[in-house]
Amino acid sequence: MAETQGQQHPIGLYLQVWGWLFVLSFFSYLVDYNEVEGFLRWFLVILFMMLKAWLIIAVFMHMQWERASLRYAVFAPPIVLLILIFFLVAEGGYISLLRSLYFGQ
Amino acid sequence: MVERRLEENAQPETLSGEWRSLVNDWSADREAFPKVSWNKTMMWIFLLSDVFVFTLLLVGYMAVRLTTQEAWPDTGEVFALTIMGHDFPLLLIAIMTFILITSSGTMAMAVNFGYRRNRKMAALFLLFTVLLGASFVGMQAYEWTDLIQKGVRPWENPMGAPQFGAVFFMITGFHGLHVSIGVIYLLTVAIKVLKGDYDRRGNYEPVEVAGLYWHFVDLVWVFIFAFFYLL
Repeated sequence: MAETQGQQHPIGLYLQVWGWLFVLSFFSYLVDYNEVEGFLRWFLVILFMMLKAWLIIAVFMHMQWERASLRYAVFAPPIVLLILIFFLVAEGGYISLLRSLYFGQ
Repeated sequence: MVERRLEENAQPETLSGEWRSLVNDWSADREAFPKVSWNKTMMWIFLLSDVFVFTLLLVGYMAVRLTTQEAWPDTGEVFALTIMGHDFPLLLIAIMTFILITSSGTMAMAVNFGYRRNRKMAALFLLFTVLLGASFVGMQAYEWTDLIQKGVRPWENPMGAPQFGAVFFMITGFHGLHVSIGVIYLLTVAIKVLKGDYDRRGNYEPVEVAGLYWHFVDLVWVFIFAFFYLL
C-alpha cells in the first residue's frame, strides 16, 4: 500500500462546520417550535437537512478532497433510489385513494 | 490518417480535470481507486450499502404513512418535554440531535489530531465521542421506555395509526444499533491509539476510517430527524 499522507486540514474549518451544523439544527428546531406548516415547513426542513448532509459529507467525511473515481462510485448508485421514491409516491397516492373509496373515511 | 489520430488524441483534452481523472481511473485497467487505501475504499462501499438499507426503511415509512387511513400522531407532542411548567415540543429529540452533532465534531477533531501525530489528544477526543454516543443511546432507551409505557407497540399505537409504532421501533432501533456498534468500534480504536499502535505503524488512517462510520451515523440521524420527527 502506498504511503498516505492523510487528510490534513486546519482545525478552524472543522470548528466552522461544527458551528454551522448547530445553527442549522437549531433553525430546523425553530421551524417545529413556531409551528410553521404546509409547503414552507417542507421546504425549510428539507433545505436545512440537505445543507447539513452536504457539510457532513464534504468536510467531515473529506469527500470533497477524495478522488473523482471514489466520489462518483459512492454518489451515482443512490440515484436509483430516487426512482424508487417516485414509484412509491405514485403507488401510495393510488392505494390511499382506493382505501378511502372502499373502506370509506 | 495523421489527422484522425490527432482527432482521437484531441478528444480527451476536451474533458476538464475532474472528468478526466474519473475516466482515466475507470478505464485504465487497474485499481479503480488509486491512492485511496483499501481500508477507506471498503468502508465507503459498506456505507454505500448502508445508504440503501436506511433509504429502504425511510421509503417504507413513506409508503405506509401515505396509505394509512388513520391519523398520524403529532411527533412534536409525542416527544415533548415539560420543563418548569412549559411544554417544549420535540425537545428530547432536539437534545439528542445536538449531542450527535457534537460527537461528530469531536470525532473530526480526533481524526485531525491523529494526523498531527498527537496521540493523547486524538485518544481524548475519541473518548469524548464515545461518551456522547453512549449518552445518545441512553436517551434513546429513555425515549423507547416512555413510548412503551404509553402503550406504543410495533403493531399498535393508542395515539392513531398503528404503523407509527412499527416505523418508530424499526427506524430508531436500527439507527440506535448503529450508534451502539459505533461506540464499541470507537472504543477499540481509542484503546489502540492510547497503546500507540498507529504511531508504530506510522499511519493514523484507521482513525479516519472509523470517523467515516461515525459521521455516517450522524448523517443518517439528520435524515431521520427531518423525515420522521419534523415532517
